[in-house]
Amino acid sequence: MNLLSAKFELSFDKFILSVDIEIPVHGFTVLFGPSGSGKTSFLRCISGLERPPDGFLQINDEIWQDEKRGIFVPTSERKIGYVFQEMRLFPHLNIKGNLLYGLKRNAIQNGDALFSQVIAIMGLRSLLNRHPGNLSGGEKQRVALARALLTSPRLLLMDEPLAALDTKHKQEILPYFQRMQSELKIPVFYVSHSINEVLQLVDTMLLMDKGKIITQGTVGDVFPHPSLVKCLGNSLMGTVLETTVVRQDEEFQLTILKFNDHTLYVPRRDIKPGNRLRIHIRAEDVILAIEPIKDQTSVLNILPAKIVEVVPNTEDECKMDVKLDVGSPLLASITRKSVHQLNLKSGQNIHAHIKAIRMAHEFD
Amino acid sequence: MNFSNIDYQPIVLTLQLATVTVLVLLVIGIPISWWLAHTRTRFRPIFEAVIALPLVLPPTVLGFYLLIILGPNGLIGKPMEAVTGSHLSFTFTGLVIASTFYSLPFVVQPLYNSFEAIGKGPLEAAWTLGASKWDAFWTVATPMALRGYITAIVLGFAHTLGEFGVVLMVGGSIPGKTKVLSIEIYDRVETLDYSQAHLLSSSLLTFTFLTLLIVYYVNRKLPIRIS
Repeated sequence: MNLLSAKFELSFDKFILSVDIEIPVHGFTVLFGPSGSGKTSFLRCISGLERPPDGFLQINDEIWQDEKRGIFVPTSERKIGYVFQEMRLFPHLNIKGNLLYGLKRNAIQNGDALFSQVIAIMGLRSLLNRHPGNLSGGEKQRVALARALLTSPRLLLMDEPLAALDTKHKQEILPYFQRMQSELKIPVFYVSHSINEVLQLVDTMLLMDKGKIITQGTVGDVFPHPSLVKCLGNSLMGTVLETTVVRQDEEFQLTILKFNDHTLYVPRRDIKPGNRLRIHIRAEDVILAIEPIKDQTSVLNILPAKIVEVVPNTEDECKMDVKLDVGSPLLASITRKSVHQLNLKSGQNIHAHIKAIRMAHEFD
Repeated sequence: MNFSNIDYQPIVLTLQLATVTVLVLLVIGIPISWWLAHTRTRFRPIFEAVIALPLVLPPTVLGFYLLIILGPNGLIGKPMEAVTGSHLSFTFTGLVIASTFYSLPFVVQPLYNSFEAIGKGPLEAAWTLGASKWDAFWTVATPMALRGYITAIVLGFAHTLGEFGVVLMVGGSIPGKTKVLSIEIYDRVETLDYSQAHLLSSSLLTFTFLTLLIVYYVNRKLPIRIS
């Protein structure tokens, strides 16, 4: 298992970055948190663009920074790729020149093959002789990503690469990220504050706030964390579940999903049976009832559940958050009045009626 | 006008002086501007003021101090005389030193503005792509600052061509050694030789105008614009 160990303390205007952590380096890892929480600063410390005094950074067996022993490997000698939010293409070079800039400066075996492969993945062949000034935002972002990939980095750092794009262009770019991931298998640290990107791309999640890492784990683990509500607001608060596609129901145009031993029905998606699908259930879309309302409701998805805990909602005084156990955690948000009327208590058995299920790519 | 008895010596000397001065200014002006654009020191205004001083200071004042410093008892002139046997006032080297101070802001300002407009962003991008700081300076900052370089070279050159007060104080008017074009023109006027003064003045005017015209034209055509 590849591992990154980091220990940084660094003061900024609005917060102090204070990180002491070990992170597994594989797949997509997102640094998630509100703006000003230190995500970008953490990324810059990893890249060596910031140099925290007394900092320590080790990736696998390579030490990149250990101030106690006077070690600091400069950015240019760290095997990282960095995709900046503002892309930072070189205006005096054409696209090919931009792409070759990093390739030429790193000893890369089969550089030509890598060049062809990356160009193909990112769909850049027709852009090679153009200049950065004549490219759309989405095209620039693909060039910036390709340029970083062509240094054959051991770790790719991406700082809100989609922030400058509108929703439509974001959706155009995401498949390129996924192809890059499946074909090149370079681990990515990805700074984002968009839940949509998180749900579509990410394996592991680091939640940051006020310069500190609050928690880390899989998306499903981190999602119910109370600090996340602060970033997302009540409307997106909820649960992320990893499901498997069982079959397609042609008659009613539904896709049937399975998670744990439960069956869920969602509007038909073109996904082959056996494939995994990450779904998001908003806490507000979960209705609680003592008995299942069978044959008397339009709700299709009804899960038996056990109440783990009932806590007041931090944002809205009339609401309570009900943490449920359906084999994995599920979060419901109902009114205080309902909690009172149904006399809900921890340990109680209940039925969760799920009004709507969203797929990861249905957010904006 | 009579072209036959033109004395070319001051013209050649002036071009030599301007060329050498610009080269010296690039060597010291590039690091100064680079440092100014990237330093975080809170004393930056002091450095900026010192560099801008020759813009507003009467050339005679600058020339007076330089004369003292470069002269046989001066801070620089005395050790120079001890080592080389000659102090620096009334020499070509002295003129180069004086012109360097005099034209410094004209070279530093455009470079500083360009470097500052580029900012750290493209350099950081270059570092992450494996370029050393030196490499990134030459392959990213310099081509991106091309307009700044051209403006700096031309302004430095043109400004040195026209200097008078400083040269008169530091260099005097020794033919072939320190007698530059502007002093030659002054001398001609003094001796009421208006036709020669006309000829030299109009040549200088035309040359300077054409140089600036070419620069502004080239600058418009350059692909990179940083605003």
